[in-house]
Amino acid sequence: MTPFLEVAFYVAAAVAILSTVLAITRLVAVHALLYLIVSFLALAVVFYTMGAPLLAALEVIIYAGAIVVLFLFVVMMLNLGAQARETERQWLAGKVWIGPVLLSAILLVEVIYLIARARLSGGIGTIVGPKEVGIALYGPYLLGVELASMLLLGALVGACHLGKMETRT
Amino acid sequence: MTGVPMSYGLILGGILFVLGLAGLLMRRNLLFILISIEIMLNGAGVAFVAAGSRWMQPDGQIMFLFILAAAAGEVSVGLALLLRFYRQQQTLDADAASEMRN
Amino acid sequence: MLSLLWLVPAIPFASALALAVVRFPRRVVAWIAVCSIAASSIVSLIVAFSFLHTPPAGNAYTQVLWTWLNVGGFHPEIALYLDPLSLIMMVVVAFVSFLIHLYSTEFMIGDDGYARFFAYMNLFVASMLTLLLANNLLLLYLGWESVGLCSYLLIGFWYRDPENGRAGRKAFIVTRVGDTAMVIGLFLLFHDLGTLNIQELMQRASQHWAVGSGVAAAAAFLLLGGAVGKSAQLPLQTWLPDAMAGPTPVSALIHAATMVTAGVYLIARTHVLYSLAPSAQFAVAVVGAATLLIAGFSALTQWDLKRVLAYSTISQIGYMFLALGVGAWPAAIFHFMTHAFFKALLFLAGGIVIKALDDEHNIFRMGGLRTQLPVAFWTFLIAGCSLAGLPLITAGAFSKDWIVWGAGSAANGSMGLWAVALAGILLTSLYTFRMIFLVFFGEEHSQVVKKPGMAMIIPCVVLAFLSIVGGYMRGPFGRFLELALPWNASAAGGGHVSEMATETAAGLVFLLGLMLAYVLFLRKKPSTALLTATAVGGALHRFWFSDWAMDWFYDRLFVRPVVWIANIDKGDFVDGIYIGIGSLNEITWRVLRRTESGKLRWYAAGITIGSIVFVAVVLFL
Repeated sequence: MTPFLEVAFYVAAAVAILSTVLAITRLVAVHALLYLIVSFLALAVVFYTMGAPLLAALEVIIYAGAIVVLFLFVVMMLNLGAQARETERQWLAGKVWIGPVLLSAILLVEVIYLIARARLSGGIGTIVGPKEVGIALYGPYLLGVELASMLLLGALVGACHLGKMETRT
Repeated sequence: MTGVPMSYGLILGGILFVLGLAGLLMRRNLLFILISIEIMLNGAGVAFVAAGSRWMQPDGQIMFLFILAAAAGEVSVGLALLLRFYRQQQTLDADAASEMRN
Repeated sequence: MLSLLWLVPAIPFASALALAVVRFPRRVVAWIAVCSIAASSIVSLIVAFSFLHTPPAGNAYTQVLWTWLNVGGFHPEIALYLDPLSLIMMVVVAFVSFLIHLYSTEFMIGDDGYARFFAYMNLFVASMLTLLLANNLLLLYLGWESVGLCSYLLIGFWYRDPENGRAGRKAFIVTRVGDTAMVIGLFLLFHDLGTLNIQELMQRASQHWAVGSGVAAAAAFLLLGGAVGKSAQLPLQTWLPDAMAGPTPVSALIHAATMVTAGVYLIARTHVLYSLAPSAQFAVAVVGAATLLIAGFSALTQWDLKRVLAYSTISQIGYMFLALGVGAWPAAIFHFMTHAFFKALLFLAGGIVIKALDDEHNIFRMGGLRTQLPVAFWTFLIAGCSLAGLPLITAGAFSKDWIVWGAGSAANGSMGLWAVALAGILLTSLYTFRMIFLVFFGEEHSQVVKKPGMAMIIPCVVLAFLSIVGGYMRGPFGRFLELALPWNASAAGGGHVSEMATETAAGLVFLLGLMLAYVLFLRKKPSTALLTATAVGGALHRFWFSDWAMDWFYDRLFVRPVVWIANIDKGDFVDGIYIGIGSLNEITWRVLRRTESGKLRWYAAGITIGSIVFVAVVLFL
């Protein structure tokens, strides 16, 4: 892996982390979503440096492009207004975030310790192209693909039904 | 080919996951909770991809693909539910949905 | 003829069972009850004549009915033992019981529990006879407990009033204390001597134990404890005055003539034991002497007719104990016999008065009844004179003087005891005539509502006759009884006082008491009210009225601490452990319930904590 890609990995990782932190601490939903987009884009770069160009593309297309947009649609539909900001501020008071942050920190420390102790070897960076992914997908993982499509169908139907603004019984 | 060690990739995934978890626990607004869940899914995916890349196999990426599919489905249904919830309770407060208490 | 002995306790027992189980009409009940005791009495007389006519070998007859149990070499039998002592007591008990049953048929006529009353009374008579005729201490103890049970049942006969139940309980519990001592004594005797058969016991005791040995003294003291409880002597006499809550025939039969003398019988029966333990025997005498004085003072202050008689009973049994204590066995038993006659009569005649005045007990509200109730008056007067000891013509005088002489002249006697006994006569005379003068003389305070019928008059007359005539039997009585209970007083040195001196002194003291009573209660000057109005007089009056404050004392010493402890344990701390387990569960539930808040983030936090714990476990373990 060229040094350039290595550097890119670290920078993109830092950006991703930072923007994620910002995303979860915003008061306005739209701001949070925007930071989320930045995070996902940074993660796309990370995937690319890790040798998964297909996923980089998919990350941008689906995650940043479809899912976050979906969020934005809903936010717009909700039309929360200014006092939502005030409510959020209240809900994010001091003693609220101490506990979660503490718990998460402990978990993080444990996970890092776990990983570090495992003394893993090997580096990432070899490109595994879309061709190989495609062959594997429609080879051994064919069943998974079919199931995923059924899952999406179910989600589609469910969302359709639940989202209906019905007023009649 | 040496480069970034796999553990760093895994750690990145871990950090993202934990951040998502913290967001889930911290925020009271249902929307933010859903956002945090997406972050967590993403974090798990990073770990998968890192592992697959290390072994130079497409399996990691395929896992992430499936995660992607599941996340998409989950988001759509989740947001639909959120809309329902808002219509009923007139608020997005997750704590208002505590009729299953005791 | 002697083999009819078993019928004597068996007939009353059978009739008690019949009366308890089958519902008869009232008249039939009365007939069954009275006839059964009459039959028992007749059989006892037959047996007595047979015994006197052809005495069996060794002057004792044993009739074994069956073996009660046979365990590890211990085989007490249901067996009856007849010797002069038990013969005399059996005849007296059966006959007096018969008279009182006859009296009760009329006395209890208006009561709902007629059949129940007679069932209990018959059961009592059966138990008492069993006690007297038992040949081993275990059977005696059976009879002992049964009479205690019947006493409890009969004291609380009118159970609807809780006060009566309380009196019954008090009687039972106080005698229980004595009974426990007695049982320990029985254990001790069995443990050391290996048998409870009375005659064998006495033999082995005199073989194995030297005079004055500690074990003998222990056993004797323990049995004394039982006797003290049953016979209402110091310090367990507090139950008898309260036992007057029962119907008057009950008081007459149980608490005057028969049950309370069971203690006297016990000591007389085991007299060998007491000969081996002079300290115990001396204790018997001291108990008797102290009791007769204390009860005498208490009797002076009572206003309830039956309570005066109750204290009088306690006092007279004190005389019997005194006689036992100085070794004058025949005197004690003779006094038992005469006391049975005149005390039962006092109660019966008193019962006539009480019934006539429609259940009035207060002697200060009676008065001038001698013209209205002549039978009651004359019989009561005769009995009272017998009690106080009118010389020469009343049985009581003979028996009491015999005791007083024994107290002074027997080997274990002393001048002190003699003086105490004489002082007791003064008190007896004083309170007896106080009673008579207040009830039968003076002006009327209450109206006579009901006159007695034949069923109540006849027993009184018969007993009055016996109260006079009974005394002349002293000579033959003494000789007869000596066959069973050797009396060494007349042998051992003529003693300190002569019989003549005693009789004169007793007669003088009697007259002194009579005069004092006359002055104080008939002439009424100086007035007793003046005496009690002074500080000392008033205090003494209250002190003596409350039985020398023994009830108060026992209440403070025993009852309150037990009740206090019981109150502390009201929550039953052992139960508390089990309840605590339940409470713990409940508290845990309450705490855990809080965690089910229904909030999403709370559950997510739970998952997080769980995962932290698991990872930690994987990491570090």
